Amino acid sequence: MSAPVLSTRGLDKSFGSLVVAKNIELALPKGVRYALIGPNGAGKTTLINMITGMVRPNAGQIFLGEDDITRLEPEARVKRGLVRTYQINTLFPDLNALESVALTICERRGVAATWWRGLAGYREEADEAFEILSSLSLGSVCYRRTRELAYGQQRLLEIALALATRPKVLLLDEPAAGVPKDESAELFRAIAGLSQDITVLFIEHDMNLVFRFASRIIVMVGGRILVAGTPEEIAADPRVREVYLGEAGHG
Amino acid sequence: MADMTGTALAPQLYLQAQARWRAIEVAFWLATLLPFVLLPNYLVLASQIAITALFALSLDLILGYAGIVSLGHAAFFGLGAYTAGIISKFGWGEPLSGLLVASILAGTVGYASSFIIARFRHLALIMITLGLGLLLHEAANSAHWLTGGADGLQGVKIWRLLGRFNFDLWGYTAYAYSLIVLFLVFLVARRLIHSPFGLALRGIRENSVRMPAIGAPSRSHIRTVYTIAAVIAGVAGALLAQTTETVSLEVLSFGRSADVVVILILGGAGRLYGGLIGAIIYMVARDQFSGINPQFWYFWIGSLLVAVVIFLPNGILGGLAALAARWRSRS
Repeated sequence: MSAPVLSTRGLDKSFGSLVVAKNIELALPKGVRYALIGPNGAGKTTLINMITGMVRPNAGQIFLGEDDITRLEPEARVKRGLVRTYQINTLFPDLNALESVALTICERRGVAATWWRGLAGYREEADEAFEILSSLSLGSVCYRRTRELAYGQQRLLEIALALATRPKVLLLDEPAAGVPKDESAELFRAIAGLSQDITVLFIEHDMNLVFRFASRIIVMVGGRILVAGTPEEIAADPRVREVYLGEAGHG
Repeated sequence: MADMTGTALAPQLYLQAQARWRAIEVAFWLATLLPFVLLPNYLVLASQIAITALFALSLDLILGYAGIVSLGHAAFFGLGAYTAGIISKFGWGEPLSGLLVASILAGTVGYASSFIIARFRHLALIMITLGLGLLLHEAANSAHWLTGGADGLQGVKIWRLLGRFNFDLWGYTAYAYSLIVLFLVFLVARRLIHSPFGLALRGIRENSVRMPAIGAPSRSHIRTVYTIAAVIAGVAGALLAQTTETVSLEVLSFGRSADVVVILILGGAGRLYGGLIGAIIYMVARDQFSGINPQFWYFWIGSLLVAVVIFLPNGILGGLAALAARWRSRS
């Protein structure tokens, strides 16, 4: 296997006495589709927040390829190709889909600080934005304001924004959260169809989707990685069963 | 619905259409010439409106477009006014270079303070801008030797504009000068709004949390727009000093900072013409109300503000736009 594209070493994080991450060691090879699962409060989103720079770890390091990115600002990590989406739609309500994606592309190409030239002069950027939106079947609604889009379309726009940054590593925080079952499979097909150059780590609660789309599954419980392995290994692991069945037993 | 007009359009054509001049805009700017022929007795007021509109336009860039609330924007207006006034007092009364020097100074102070501004949001930002504004006001108050303190700056003398046009008592030169400067700065602001940077500003307003996640350096964008807004506010202040040949502490006052926020909200924040329309309505209303009832005119301004905020949350222009959209979808 090739050297990992994204890896973490000994990541620790606690909020007061609450430990949300303890000695997290990850290694994502290029082009994989990994799933991150675990009960609520296991620290999955916090892990993504740490990797993308939204939350500072108390200890440990994060590597993108060979480079230590632990101290980089979030936007600098995005520039290097480490990109995330959000569990709850985190979009630009009053911009339309085309504007949102075009803005992302302008930032990527370093022209977003240009105030003396009209946006209409940036044809390549506009065309690329339209292409990305069309590939996610948002082409027909691209002039509609984000707040007027259907919920499923907003979830797709989340992914469109991430793609517009040309990510090397994509961290998807429950990409199908709140999307009806039939649509969520479609959304995951779009994710599965992404270029093999993109390394994907996704958080997801729907086990059908996880077992269908992940090549490897990482199980987190109480801020620790309990176990990581292929879907078959995870399905057969008694500890994982205990965590999930134990939870179901309470509910 | 709205997407019938949109879907067929290529992205670039759509963006071009967004930035195109509309007939109503041309009509608006032609109408600004009307006071010269129809209301020659009101040219002094018209020039004050143009200056206030310019000041409101500068606030619109930061508050309306980038969502950065400021309650101390008069700091830059006052800096511009005092700079233009003081250099004329010390013997250089040439208006255009005075305007330039004033804008550079206001921009420099704006750039310096933008490093603080870019780190805060919401309530903290309101307090910081308010504090910086009060600070400058008191500094000008105590620097009596330079600013004349509470007595105002004495001895402002502005030369003829371009060496030809005297600043006359009726305000012909004052209004023409203010209007031309307003129009030129408006063209720059209009270009800015339709640029990639303008889009980034709206992104910051709409979701500042998401901006880093798409790779956007929000703070550097905020520093840029804050500096640009300070330059424009400085130009507006310098215009007031030059056209009235007086500078008083009022140019730095909290009242002026608050008024310009009111004006922008009345007209419609986040719209290019919001500050302009707001300035016209506010200044004309103040002129009329204070004529009727000199002591209580703020009562009427207050009522107007409350009514607009309740019934037209996006300002007068926002209300008109919603009305136009409804009318269009019906026809």
